[in-house]
Amino acid sequence: MTFPLDTDGPSPLRRWRATGVRALVAATRLRAPAATGLLAPLATAVVAVVAAPLGFVIAQAAQAGWDQTRRLLGRPLIATLLGHTLGLTAAVTLATAVLGFGAAYLVERTALPGRRAWTVALALPLAVPEFVRGYSWVSLFRSVHGYWGAVLVMTCSLYPLVFLPVAAALRHGDAAAEEVSRSLGRGRLATLCRVTLPLTRPALAGGVLLVSLYLLGEYGAFAMLRYTTFATAVFTQYKLGFDAASASLLTLVLVALALLLVGLEAWAGRRARVTRHGALARTAPPVRLGGWTVPALLALAALVGVSLGVPLYALAYWLLKGSSTTLPSASVLGATAATLGYALGAAVVATAAAVPVALYGWRRGTRPARAIERVAYLTRALPGIAVALSVVYVAVRWAQPLYQQPPMLIAGYVVLFFPLALTAVRAALAQVPPGVEEAARSLGTRPLAVLGRVTLPLVLPGLGAAVAMVGLTASTELTATLLLRPTGTQTLATQFWVYTSGLAYGAAAPYAALMVALSVPSVLLLTRRTLGRPGENQ
Amino acid sequence: MPGTVRPLAALSLVAACALALTACGSSGGGSTAPTASGTALAGQSITVYSGQHEQTVKALTEDFTKRTGIKVELRSGDEAELANQILQEGGASPADVFYAENPPALTVLGDKGLLAKVAPDTLKSVPAADSSGKGDWVGISARTSAFLAATGKGADTAPPASVLDLAKPEWKGRLGIAPGETDFAPVVTQVLKAKGEDAAKQWLKGLKDNAKVYDSNEDLSVAINSGEVEAGVIDHYYFYRMRDEKGAAETHATLHYFPKGDPGSLVDVSGAAVLKHGKHQAAAQAFLGYLASAPAQTVIADSASYEYPLVDGVKGKPELPALDGIGTVADPAQLGDGKQALALLQDAGLLQ
Repeated sequence: MTFPLDTDGPSPLRRWRATGVRALVAATRLRAPAATGLLAPLATAVVAVVAAPLGFVIAQAAQAGWDQTRRLLGRPLIATLLGHTLGLTAAVTLATAVLGFGAAYLVERTALPGRRAWTVALALPLAVPEFVRGYSWVSLFRSVHGYWGAVLVMTCSLYPLVFLPVAAALRHGDAAAEEVSRSLGRGRLATLCRVTLPLTRPALAGGVLLVSLYLLGEYGAFAMLRYTTFATAVFTQYKLGFDAASASLLTLVLVALALLLVGLEAWAGRRARVTRHGALARTAPPVRLGGWTVPALLALAALVGVSLGVPLYALAYWLLKGSSTTLPSASVLGATAATLGYALGAAVVATAAAVPVALYGWRRGTRPARAIERVAYLTRALPGIAVALSVVYVAVRWAQPLYQQPPMLIAGYVVLFFPLALTAVRAALAQVPPGVEEAARSLGTRPLAVLGRVTLPLVLPGLGAAVAMVGLTASTELTATLLLRPTGTQTLATQFWVYTSGLAYGAAAPYAALMVALSVPSVLLLTRRTLGRPGENQ
Repeated sequence: MPGTVRPLAALSLVAACALALTACGSSGGGSTAPTASGTALAGQSITVYSGQHEQTVKALTEDFTKRTGIKVELRSGDEAELANQILQEGGASPADVFYAENPPALTVLGDKGLLAKVAPDTLKSVPAADSSGKGDWVGISARTSAFLAATGKGADTAPPASVLDLAKPEWKGRLGIAPGETDFAPVVTQVLKAKGEDAAKQWLKGLKDNAKVYDSNEDLSVAINSGEVEAGVIDHYYFYRMRDEKGAAETHATLHYFPKGDPGSLVDVSGAAVLKHGKHQAAAQAFLGYLASAPAQTVIADSASYEYPLVDGVKGKPELPALDGIGTVADPAQLGDGKQALALLQDAGLLQ
């Protein structure tokens, strides 16, 4: 338990409660294995499925001959590309951490005007599809390219992945610790660094992990920005070499990097269980910004303007200027329905699958439990085409009746976006005071009833956030959609692709605009689910 | 006009022959008498994996269904991704036909033994040089490599006499290329064929020094149009498609061709193949026969994709210069599976 000021808490009542809960935990610990009897195999099975692409990559890589291995990995270029990937990952991760934390602190802990509106605006960039973002920057600002272009565009697109969990941790975390710190004479900055920051550490580490893993395998946006990374080399082997073995061999290097990052996150978040002990967290009066109000407002406006304004402006430009702009045909309705159906299906399945894995890691803080949880993250570092081809490989051999049927596309989305769901559910579980389940069990409630009546209701907002997050990302996915969709099915993303690959940006724009518009409710749900209702601190 | 009549006749012949060959192998075969292609195969459904311009292929499949009664499930995607997908699917692939953009994607599948032989009459509908020498895919349409220059700039007023000149120092900082696109490798292969490996390496080294590298031909055309780079080597149709989208007033690029005989003056073919393990061999062969027939070629010629038809007697869009005045067809056997050009591009540092 890492609550920084744990034993110095001001209220004897709170301390008593905490001790009481601890006693209950100790008393019921012996019974815990029975409650998790089914959980371990279930969690293992889920992770085995979502980590299947790793197996595919290893099996394919094994087919690359020794000569090819030496030729591919021995090139001097490989070191350069690795340097690019590492440099980019480090810079974007740092930038998203600073911006995500800074923005979350401003909206959750200060007296900034319009904090609620800012929260939604700051989360909205999630509604912009990745390929729209990349193209909008390149088409409007020809000077945005290369390393700094990639840092800029990726930071704008990924910072909400840090902002949302950190804001949630701040809102749900007990502000009492910060109050105590101030009352003991620590300055505002010292409190920020030594109390507030540690309080959000698990959330920050989780968000940063999602960002950095994604950067390892990302290809499309960097290609548009004319920046080559290690993933570029992987794609060249698929695209021009038609050589899955060589591509997989190179992908293993990305997997090794991912293992390193996952290990780092485990280390950074190792004292991860930050929680409050009482039933209700205290809200502190917000920090007054005084003369810093205007600079803070300007900074947030710049962040939102850059990450949301640029893509929206480009969309409007294509709609109005492109000669191919027409009202989309009736097929747009079908594409919309397909997009929503698949995204929602994937979101529900991924969230349901994340529950046992997160629960297992949360209930059992053991090393194997955490290891299982972390393996699930590795898939996020794989390029989308590798994940999609692995689903093809497995389905065509062992699930032939489902091949190119709707469940296959949903399975692909679930495998791709499982880490997003897992992060949201984990974050919600981290807020549940330890010992509640044991307390309920000690009162005679059966394990399943405890899950249904105590644990799940407590993490319900987290489940909503997981559904929204996966749904949002899946609705704009392209690579896996093209490979896994039932033949003839069109989504908004595939229609957008059809037109842009014929240079008809005007005709493509309505599909992109529709994707953005449809994403807005999800973002609203996400901010509300993750953060709770405005003015509510529970 | 023999050019229009022959392929149609071939279509029915092919279907009848193939049906007889496969006997009761497919769902619609067996009991029905093979009187005419349309009636014998009508009601069957084939799956077409297509890496081609979707709107054009859709127009083709709809017309084909109207003529034959054979339904088509169209799966559009990126050519390379579809080829990778078929490689992973192996014998279990649901695809009956693969309609590619470039020969190497087909050659890779052919080398793995995944393609069936194309019916001889279909192969005869197009010039022999436009199809696979092994007869496992047939050429359907063509495009040419060209030199797109920003209007009024030096590259436009004094275009290079040869694609080889682009490696010279005077082009430093003025060029753009998209070596990651499957359309660029054939140019490399042509240089290799004409000048040998050492010269090709030198040429690529020069290009690497001179050119900005773009991800796609679409990005490159837009970059030239905006004046970001002066010029680039690109397939001709990207210019026309961009002009259609931007309108004449917003188009600031001019298309040039390298002189005939230059390694930069090549014609690249898009082909289609029947998958060997497909369950509807006869219907798939009928579709290939249709693609190589005058009606289908007219659909291709009239479409917004700006490709050249290959069947004798069907004319391309009026604004396109005649195909045989531009250059020779890149030999599919020399293009191979594309790995040689890929290795050269990787060694030159133009690809990763």
